[in-house]
Amino acid sequence: MGLLSLAIWTPITFGVILLALGRDEHAGVVRWIALLGALASFLVTLPLYGGFKLGTAAMQFVESTPWIGRFNVNYHLGVDGISLWFVLLTAFVNLVVVIAGWEVITRRVNQYMGAFLILSGLMIGVFCALDGLLFYVFFEATLIPMYLIIGIWGGPNKIYAAFKFFLYTLLGSLLMLIALIVLYTKSGGSFDLLTWHTLPLGGTTQTLLFFAFLAAFSVKVPMWPVHTWLPDVHVEAPTGGSAVLAAIMLKLGAYGFLRLSMPIAPDASREWAGLMIGLSLVAVVYVGLVAMVQQDMKKLVAYSSVAHMGFVTLGFFVFSDLGVAGGLVQMIAHGFVSAAMFLCIGVLYDRVHSREISSYGGVINTMPKFTAFALLFAMANCGLPGTAGFVGEWMVILAAVKANFWLGFAAASALIFGAAYTLWMFKRVYLGAPANDDVKGLSDINNREFLMLALLAAAVLWMGVYPKPFTDVMDSSVAELLRHVAQSKLN
Amino acid sequence: MIDNYSWITVYPEIVLLTLACVIALVDLGVTSPGRKKTYVMTVLALAVVAAMQAGYAVSGLNQYGFGKMVVSDQMGNWLKCFAAIAVLVTLVYGRAYAAQRDMLRGGELFTLSLFGLLGMFIMVGGNNLLVIYMGLELLTLSSYALVALRRDNAVATEAAMKYFVLGAMASGFLLYGLSMLYGATGTLDVNRVAQAIASGEVKHQVLVFGLVFVVSGLAFKLGVVPFHMWIPDVYQGAPTVVTLLIGGAPKLAAFAIFIRLLVEGMLPLALDWQQMLMVLSIGSLLVGNLAAIAQTNIKRMLAFSTISQMGFVLLGLMSGVINGNTISSADAYGASMFYVVTYVLTTLGSFGVVLLLARKGFESEEIADFAGLNQRSPLYAAVMAVCLFSLAGIPPMVGFYAKLSVLQALIASGEALHIGLAVYAVMMSLVGAFYYLRIVKLMYFDEPVQTAPIEAGADVRLVLTLNGALVLLLGLLPHSLMALCGQAVATMMAG
Repeated sequence: MGLLSLAIWTPITFGVILLALGRDEHAGVVRWIALLGALASFLVTLPLYGGFKLGTAAMQFVESTPWIGRFNVNYHLGVDGISLWFVLLTAFVNLVVVIAGWEVITRRVNQYMGAFLILSGLMIGVFCALDGLLFYVFFEATLIPMYLIIGIWGGPNKIYAAFKFFLYTLLGSLLMLIALIVLYTKSGGSFDLLTWHTLPLGGTTQTLLFFAFLAAFSVKVPMWPVHTWLPDVHVEAPTGGSAVLAAIMLKLGAYGFLRLSMPIAPDASREWAGLMIGLSLVAVVYVGLVAMVQQDMKKLVAYSSVAHMGFVTLGFFVFSDLGVAGGLVQMIAHGFVSAAMFLCIGVLYDRVHSREISSYGGVINTMPKFTAFALLFAMANCGLPGTAGFVGEWMVILAAVKANFWLGFAAASALIFGAAYTLWMFKRVYLGAPANDDVKGLSDINNREFLMLALLAAAVLWMGVYPKPFTDVMDSSVAELLRHVAQSKLN
Repeated sequence: MIDNYSWITVYPEIVLLTLACVIALVDLGVTSPGRKKTYVMTVLALAVVAAMQAGYAVSGLNQYGFGKMVVSDQMGNWLKCFAAIAVLVTLVYGRAYAAQRDMLRGGELFTLSLFGLLGMFIMVGGNNLLVIYMGLELLTLSSYALVALRRDNAVATEAAMKYFVLGAMASGFLLYGLSMLYGATGTLDVNRVAQAIASGEVKHQVLVFGLVFVVSGLAFKLGVVPFHMWIPDVYQGAPTVVTLLIGGAPKLAAFAIFIRLLVEGMLPLALDWQQMLMVLSIGSLLVGNLAAIAQTNIKRMLAFSTISQMGFVLLGLMSGVINGNTISSADAYGASMFYVVTYVLTTLGSFGVVLLLARKGFESEEIADFAGLNQRSPLYAAVMAVCLFSLAGIPPMVGFYAKLSVLQALIASGEALHIGLAVYAVMMSLVGAFYYLRIVKLMYFDEPVQTAPIEAGADVRLVLTLNGALVLLLGLLPHSLMALCGQAVATMMAG
């Protein structure tokens, strides 16, 4: 069994064991097994980084076995510089989320932990799949655990949110399924992604494929104007669900652009880049403004996610090394930061049971340690130099300026909105005198919460101060992707 | 005409008939209220027949018998094998239910099921218009009686009446159509009908006239729009175990006669019947999915879901011949066969859970009865959830690959119309996802209303768990079943 298979199936196996463990009488044991599973799943991904060869754009750790002979589908896995970090990121966030749900979840603990572990394995599968159908199966299968996580452990309006999440994303991916089958037919009976990358396609076909993929990925990212499900879902999802959704699941969409849309339909991608950049700018600027007026902390961070993902797609579609790499770095950074932001909200919510900004004020007086963490993550969210958030945004803005000054100008101005809504929220929630008795009665974070925030804080600072390991891994693959996209595939 | 090989082709039918008669006789002496003896014998008989058919199928037997009146080929033998297993599983799930509802005063449930199965065998194995029709009548007559088995129950009796009247009319349609074909071609032999049509000497008008009636009759039996009216009422009104008997195995036989009559008998007319199937399928996908949303009764909801699923089967059947080219037709019909087989498997599982939740004096027919099932029993909630996700076509359940195969067959033609149909079909399955998810929501997100413990015999628990596991497992490793269906259809097309 290869390393990638291990990375996928270790969490899933543990998840299935957890599901079989039965009811809440053994909650203690269940939690430790879940932690063990998450830890093991994270550890098996580390050799991937260790053994990753720099300076080549070829797929590494490749595994391939026939899976469905009838359709010539292979269980074909592999990572390159684009996908490697997401495998590690997913396993890492999964570990943090298991710690975050430790004592917060008291109902059906085994199903909660099981769902997260299985979800983590499936998402790693999406990043590793080199076969179109395998990609689709992993991509779609993630809906089931997430649907259950939102619906079972979510807030008061969880049913609406769970359905909106499932149906909205299913709508997009069904169109992608048609596109995959069309590609299968056009390529003479192959689901292999790398074969599709070199398959010559006519202009109209490319455009249709591009838009079918766009339907699936833009909903997942989400891009304006199909982002409306995200705030609703984030608000109702449990803390862990929000963290995984923002940190990893949104990345599945952005990753899809790089792995499917751009290499398979390069001519259409270039033709419609203007549209993509336009939509991204709207997300960055308009959604940033929307975030500013939110009363609900989770909604605010959700809109901020949309804006940050706007940077990512903006970076991708200016078609330069800096832009694509910047988008990728921004994706990873956002994975750490958004997970941390949601976990911070979770810490407060567990104590006060309110997500309204107005329910808080002066939290710093009673929770100084926690506030220090929250400040770091808030700064990272606005893109302060020295934190993870800065690197990606800086690269994207630089790439945008190179492409077109006014484009860069618009993107850069969005940083101001980002700083405004994040810092304003920080001020209203944490600073000042204690606003009410709830805040006065708060107790500071315990060791478990300290551990989970410290893990994320370390990642945020490391990436902010020394992003080289991240960019080094990407360089060759990004360059190869751009070289590929620059060539016409029209036949 | 009767040669040495003829008997081989019908041994399973002879064994089934003999065993059914023996069981009917033995049952006269059974007095226990649960009819355990009859039940065990029936299950054993079904297992024996299923094993025989599996053996035939594996051996690759491809043999005509009795002057080409019957055929024993791989496709037919697998379908018969699956049908026998489906009836077996249905009876395992349904015995407790039937006993609690006073349906086991006599052994009719078992013997009629066996005769119904015999009818299916004859339908599947028939290579002659009249033989196929006889098999169909044996099946439907058994089904009418089964629906009316609870004769003191007003709803069931009404359902039986409706089923009988509409079913008789559909049989009439079919027979009329078949006699037209006979009149036009002068033969009842399916292969010779095909030859006569291919020769081009038969008047096209008469053929198409007969074809319309045949397709209408078949559409009624399969339950597709606009011949679907009986499905919701009969599914709802019949005792649940009978609903499963009607809604499970017979779909396999209905698929077989679609193939025997339309593909083997009238492939040269494909251009005509493909258009009819397209209309039927578009209607079924629309009506089935939209009407299912409004249902509060789970059996009725599953009935509408069946209608939409059969629409998908027809999509596969209608994409076999492209511009008169039959190269990819084996793929298309193989996809349809895979769809039907997995559909039956999934239906068994979902109705199995409905039967499991029913108790004495409580039907568990309302969708709301599923509330909080996850807290009462995580295992059966998981089985139901797996089946529902499969019906909705979400990977990694087997239902996804069924939809994938059919969509692939549809798109392979490359025609814009077909790609448009594929988009329409997936949009309709998005609507379908909504009502399947609603049941998952009830099971997982809501608090239980019913708190009675779920009681079931060890046999039911084992089979139901296996059934659920198989829906998931075949989703993870769909290759073998897909290859089996593909090969079975390919040999049928070649021979």
